[in-house]
Amino acid sequence: MNQLDLPILTLLTFLPAIGALFIMLSNKEGVVQIRWMALVISMANFICSLPLFFCFKADYTGMQFVEKVPWIKEYGMTYFLGIDGISLLLILLTTFFTPICVIACWKDVTKKVKEFMMCLLLLETGMIGVFVSLDLFLFYIFWEVMLIPMYLLIGVWGNPARRVYAAIKFFLFTMFGSLLMLVAILVLYFYNHSVTGEYTFNLLKLYELNMPSLYQTWLFLAFFVAFAIKVPMFPFHTWLPDAHTEAPTVGSVLLAAVLLKMGTYGFLRFGMPLFPVATYQFVPLISILAIIGIIYGALVSMVQKDLKRLVAFSSVSHLGFVVLGLFALNVQGIQGGIIQMINHGLSTGALFLIVGMIYERRHTRMIADFGGLAKVMPVFAAFFMIVTLSSIGLPGLNGFVGEFLILLGTFRSNVVYAVFAATGVIFAAVYMLWMFQRVMFGEVTKEENRHLKDLSLREIGILASILIFIFWIGIYPKTFLSKTETSVTHFITEFNKKYEACIQKEKNYLVLNTSEELITKK
Amino acid sequence: MDLVIPKIDALSLCPELVLSITAMLVLLVTVYLPKGRKDPAAYVGLLGIFIALMSLTLLWGKPRYAFNNMIMVDNFSIFFNMVILVTAALSILMSITYLKEEGMSHGEFYALILFSAVGMMFMTAGANLITIFLGLETMSISLYVLAGFLRDSNRSNESALKYLLLGAFSSAFLLYGIAFIYGATGTTDLKGISEFLSRATYMKDPMLLAGMGLLLVGFGFKIATVPFHMWTPDVYEGAPTSVTAFMSVGVKAAVFAAFVRVFSHALWDLQPDWNQLLWILAVLTMTLGNVIAIAQTNIKRMLAYSSIAHAGYIMMGMIASNELGTSSILFYMLAYAFTNLGAFGVVILFGRKGEGNLDIEDYSGMGFKYPVLGLLMAVFLFSLAGIPPTAGFVGKFYIFSAAVKAGYIWLAIIGVMNSLVSVYYYLRVTVMMYMKDPVKDLEGLHWSPSMIVALIIAVAGTLLIGIFPSPYLDLAKQSVLHLM
Repeated sequence: MNQLDLPILTLLTFLPAIGALFIMLSNKEGVVQIRWMALVISMANFICSLPLFFCFKADYTGMQFVEKVPWIKEYGMTYFLGIDGISLLLILLTTFFTPICVIACWKDVTKKVKEFMMCLLLLETGMIGVFVSLDLFLFYIFWEVMLIPMYLLIGVWGNPARRVYAAIKFFLFTMFGSLLMLVAILVLYFYNHSVTGEYTFNLLKLYELNMPSLYQTWLFLAFFVAFAIKVPMFPFHTWLPDAHTEAPTVGSVLLAAVLLKMGTYGFLRFGMPLFPVATYQFVPLISILAIIGIIYGALVSMVQKDLKRLVAFSSVSHLGFVVLGLFALNVQGIQGGIIQMINHGLSTGALFLIVGMIYERRHTRMIADFGGLAKVMPVFAAFFMIVTLSSIGLPGLNGFVGEFLILLGTFRSNVVYAVFAATGVIFAAVYMLWMFQRVMFGEVTKEENRHLKDLSLREIGILASILIFIFWIGIYPKTFLSKTETSVTHFITEFNKKYEACIQKEKNYLVLNTSEELITKK
Repeated sequence: MDLVIPKIDALSLCPELVLSITAMLVLLVTVYLPKGRKDPAAYVGLLGIFIALMSLTLLWGKPRYAFNNMIMVDNFSIFFNMVILVTAALSILMSITYLKEEGMSHGEFYALILFSAVGMMFMTAGANLITIFLGLETMSISLYVLAGFLRDSNRSNESALKYLLLGAFSSAFLLYGIAFIYGATGTTDLKGISEFLSRATYMKDPMLLAGMGLLLVGFGFKIATVPFHMWTPDVYEGAPTSVTAFMSVGVKAAVFAAFVRVFSHALWDLQPDWNQLLWILAVLTMTLGNVIAIAQTNIKRMLAYSSIAHAGYIMMGMIASNELGTSSILFYMLAYAFTNLGAFGVVILFGRKGEGNLDIEDYSGMGFKYPVLGLLMAVFLFSLAGIPPTAGFVGKFYIFSAAVKAGYIWLAIIGVMNSLVSVYYYLRVTVMMYMKDPVKDLEGLHWSPSMIVALIIAVAGTLLIGIFPSPYLDLAKQSVLHLM
């Protein structure tokens, strides 16, 4: 269904790319002009994405704003876009964060501005493309295309010392997973053909396929590796701290806010609904890995000396929560997972921006180099405090809603998991507050810190716009939860229906086989 | 003994005839041109190629044998001929300024390229082992000369000599194989061989298997499969870069065409035997090619090893042994032609006079100094690495899907893991281009119109096939439809 009768998703996806093209054609020297162009384009894209939110029919279970054009007919590839409650908020998160990033790097990025803005906009195209594709082939293309601008962002504008290492590591890790996924996609495609006689990459049609559990196990594993690397789940997380630490500020922001969500989104959109039997099989393994991630990420965060690395490891912990929630396989868990993806995007994105802001002033990110900043930069301190508390999950702020729902969902499915995961909340308070204390409170010990400038209007504007949503979700999450509810409920019922069907089919098959055996024996 | 005089069916040979006549014309024209100003010879050659391309369309969709079953003109050969002609055209375009800068602007160069292309076209159309062999020799002998064309350069001479010696060996293997197969089946006609083998009474003859093995070695040499790849890096490095570009695509296309015709059709009944061999060869070729490419510091050598690896991927299409597999080879060849020629084009342009800038390190800072050139190189490299939205991605996707469809899931997994390895060394060039500061003076790039045209064609092909692959996939599919 497409309630707008406009190819709005296409517009959203390709507007930034077209913008990048215009920037490419503009003069390299006109740096200010290029920045404004990027800002206008990304703002325009954000505005274009608002109708998605307001015209979204919350009680409709299917895909909305659908566009479908045959692309490579003979092999069943279609240009098939559409969104539901699962992807809606993620798209808005993407379009929201891109202009913020453009503003955030206004002063930060001074060399090769033109190329930087092009990468940023192309990245936006890739990210939105991933969230709106309902054709596996198309999805895979966006999934891969997105790597290139991110790789360049890290590698060209990152920290000189280790940026190349981090960029290549990021690229190879992600590529490893996605190539395995590619083979799995092909196997799925040909399996579907052998059953239905139709070549198609259409996700909705592939949902209807009931595969034997052995197939499901292997295919799920291949998808799992791709997504687990992207999330990143323990033990596939090692690329993340490097990428985050070496990337320029806005690179880290987008990486944390959007790119990591592609992994969790992938589970929800592809891994779970395509292979329900395997999903149930792997719930214990994945949950345990998620819990390890939660606790391990938190513990490692505690001992970090570098602010950015600390935030990076906290992402591992937070995304552990998201995965745990998704694999609770009930409405609360999944809704919590989705809202927590958004929360993590907002609060960790803001944290990276904040770290970037003091890095810009002091050119260091070592916790030991700070102390007592609250006295020097009171406005900064206030913002930092709120974001820190949001990341910890203080009631009244966004983090609480997500974590609460996730723990609720997990508790319903497995008490033990919930108990262990809950410790993560405590650890989060420990590492975040301790970090905050060391950076902001106490006496000003370093002479360089005494005359730091407080936030500029531009920086206040950026953080304030994020804070609006931090409070909004914390106080009245219904605005957002109501958008996801129908889709999640539908997801769960379909998922269970398919699970039953697969199990039933397998049983019938077994009965058939045994009876055949009996006949042959006689 | 009756002497059968074959019916002269000139139309079937139209493209080859046009090209041969053009080559001779080029030789003739070049005599009247002043020294050092041989460009018109190249344009004559290009015109000939264009006419030959047009004449291909006349033959499309009307499969037929000609010259007493020596020649087979079908869509399959036409598709490959198209690839070969495009390759030849782009190589000539890239050579014009290059040769001038190297002080080697001779009309014979273009004539040799054309003669070599004629040889390649005979290989793709060969319906008889003898035709294939003749085509191979015509192609190779021209290439031996071309490889050593920079006669003042030691490397070029070394390259030519090495290619000649090893090429002679491989021809001998091939010929020996043909002899064995003739001995076992009593014919060199591909259709005859296939008919002989499909007869139910036939028992597996060791001589036949030996012949098959020898053919495999002969073809393997030319397409540079491991372990017959030793010559490739040296020859590719030493030969003039435009010749390397021509060899890396043209020879592969021609030999793969013959390879598929002989193995997947004439020797179809031995498929279980050669399939396992090819499986091992493909895995070895991909893996070794990619792994060794990582260690290269010279970009031509790196591309040489990468071309070895690509031969491995293409072999996957043969192993799949289904229609999808064969058409994926065709499609991959087309995608690879544009991509690889483009990459070599950038290497030629960036190498500048005397080929001083062939180390990967020389590319440091190039991406920002020459944004357009850097972007082009990045597109070609990403296409070689198989990253969308480029032709290379669709090609790989197609080949891997053929392998998966035929049930070779492990082979597909090895294939994708190999392309992961390849990503590393292709990325390294982009790292140099965009993430390092220049180590050398990057001035003095000579943009010639012909090179610009060549690069535009290459990049347009790479992106167009990558984003709208539909018509080309169709073309490849139709090309294997009436394969006889």
